Amino acid sequence: MEKQSRRNFLKTTAIATAAITGLTTRKTKAQEQKGFLPDKAMGVLVDTTVCIGCRKCEWACKTAHQMPTPPIEEYDNRDVFKKMRRPDYTSYTVVNEYKNSDPDKFPIDVKVQCMHCDQPACVSACIVGAFSKLENGAVVWDESKCIGCRYCMVACPFQIPAFEFHKAFQPKITKCDFCYTRQSEGKLPACVEVCPVEALTFGKREDLIQVAKEKIRLYPKRYINHIYGEFEVGGTSWMYLASEDFTKLSFPKLQREPAPGVSESIQHGIFAYFIPPVALYALLGGVMWLNKNKKTETEEE
Amino acid sequence: MEEYMKPQKIKKKFFTPGVIVISVFAAFGLLVLLARFIFGLGAVTHLSNQYPWGIWIGLDVALGVALAAGGFTTAALGHIMHREKFHVIIRPALLTALLGYTFVALSVATDLGRWYYIWHPLIFWNGNSALFEVGMCVMIYMTVLYIEFLPIVCERFIGRVNLPGILRKLNKPIDRLLQVLDKGLDKTMFIFIIAGVVLSCLHQSSLGTLMIIAGPKMHPLWQTPVLPLLFLLSAISVGFPMVIFESIISSKSFGLKPEMDVLTDLARMVGPILFTYLAFKVGDMVIRKTFVYLYEINTTSVMFTIELIVGVVIPLRMFFSPKIVKSPTGVFIASCLVIFGVFMNRLNNFIVAYNPPYSFQPYFPSIGEILVTLGFISLEVLLYRAAVMIFPIITQPSEGALKTKYAIKGVK
Repeated sequence: MEKQSRRNFLKTTAIATAAITGLTTRKTKAQEQKGFLPDKAMGVLVDTTVCIGCRKCEWACKTAHQMPTPPIEEYDNRDVFKKMRRPDYTSYTVVNEYKNSDPDKFPIDVKVQCMHCDQPACVSACIVGAFSKLENGAVVWDESKCIGCRYCMVACPFQIPAFEFHKAFQPKITKCDFCYTRQSEGKLPACVEVCPVEALTFGKREDLIQVAKEKIRLYPKRYINHIYGEFEVGGTSWMYLASEDFTKLSFPKLQREPAPGVSESIQHGIFAYFIPPVALYALLGGVMWLNKNKKTETEEE
Repeated sequence: MEEYMKPQKIKKKFFTPGVIVISVFAAFGLLVLLARFIFGLGAVTHLSNQYPWGIWIGLDVALGVALAAGGFTTAALGHIMHREKFHVIIRPALLTALLGYTFVALSVATDLGRWYYIWHPLIFWNGNSALFEVGMCVMIYMTVLYIEFLPIVCERFIGRVNLPGILRKLNKPIDRLLQVLDKGLDKTMFIFIIAGVVLSCLHQSSLGTLMIIAGPKMHPLWQTPVLPLLFLLSAISVGFPMVIFESIISSKSFGLKPEMDVLTDLARMVGPILFTYLAFKVGDMVIRKTFVYLYEINTTSVMFTIELIVGVVIPLRMFFSPKIVKSPTGVFIASCLVIFGVFMNRLNNFIVAYNPPYSFQPYFPSIGEILVTLGFISLEVLLYRAAVMIFPIITQPSEGALKTKYAIKGVK
């Protein structure tokens, strides 16, 4: 009995391993092909253990995007941390505060904005292609195309795109645009530039991963061994380091598969070169013709 | 037989007490709709950044498209399979589909933030988007439906075009146009009929692909790669029940006898289709081992169970019973259950299963949203009633032909 179960166990493990290796090799290949210009893609590494929750990034973001901005002194008010906030049409980025599990330590502040996925769900979902992934990694929204269907909001795994529900005319989908206009002028994203404690590091995505790994290696007590965004939904341009499990900091738990993967393969399967629809048309046409002939034959009889 | 029995316009008074109640609902719906266009989506709906889609997409659009499936299923049965017997139900089903899709388009426009750009998908294409596919198919299929309806317009108005006043000069050209259309369509109609069926299969299934991209935001009981197939099968399942439901309601409303010999044959086909759907649904659940979520009792599992037991299993049993299939009340109740099942399924897929990561308060439709939905349904009913009074849609005995089994009540 025991022997058999062990044999069964070995068998299943062998099959499982084979399946997993088979799958992973195929997946990495697919990712290599689909991945977006990794050498040019820029990113930001957010070190939540450094952030002090000064919210200057919120102020800088609003100023850079010409949005109504309260005076900078008001950002010193820490009462806003009492409840969780999310980015919306009034601010593309917000900082939330979480209690540290070690009560002697400072609370943890987490800046939230669009993660600029490598293979973004919003780009795949958008009915009119109003979203696009730029060469530097930024995911941007095109106002002239958008019809306001909000499918991008349904699709986004991080629940980032927001909508101006109060506006009857020309409501916008709002989200962080990675300051792509500033970047094209050779400037840093506004939040990175303003950060007084250098909690935000801007650079090539590849380099940032090396920096993050080095930090984790050097300070294993300070960080958990996880770079959030390195692999989540196929990788994101923005990445995070933290001292605690990311789920405690309201990060969604996500798999490595790119968000649009399944839906796109289904979509392309149903429409592969229009063969399935045309075949169905031909089949139905054939059935119709046969039945008509049968009908006339029986009538003639 | 053909001479006695043919589609005719119904000669009854339009307003009855029931119709007046429905008109009140329609009026309220239109008022809220006005408010939505003046003050924006946020003013009348409970939608938020966490719950971007509500019942206007989940019910008005997704359920609306499914319930209009009677159009393509009867077209397939009557025209493609050439089952002449069922021709009496094709016109009512076609009218329902036509109105259904028209209101789907209106619902989409209502829900779109920038509704005046509704035509954008025609020029800005994104082939990766399931929504793009749904949008394009629905647009083309709607055109096909209107083309399929044209022969009925021709039948009604050829030789009878009678415009008043200055427009009188147009009478002859319009008549000639209708005649040309009628002749041309007579020969080419098969192209549109097949296209209608293909397009329906495509967008009914793509509607299922829509929520797949939401990934882990969707409850595993519904999140499955075979959703497109399940959506297509459920749409086909609800096609005939919807036709039966409407046929019985309208014969009641117009004082006609229900066409039970046709409806019984139609009902006999529902069982196997519904069984196929159930088999795939349960099979998927077993393969993905999602039944574990049914052990915990909460809103989600209760909603799933109601959807499956009340909406699929019970009507399945009823449609397989020879006795129930022959009774008007029996098929009516069974059909209502299937419709309820698809209603639950779309509601579950688009609202109940959707769990965004930062949900501050769960979504429940606002009174405004519900009023608009009810208003649209009411308007559809009113337009259906008006259409069967203007156009020859419903088959009934011609005047003087009293000796048929479809005789008007009390005339026998």
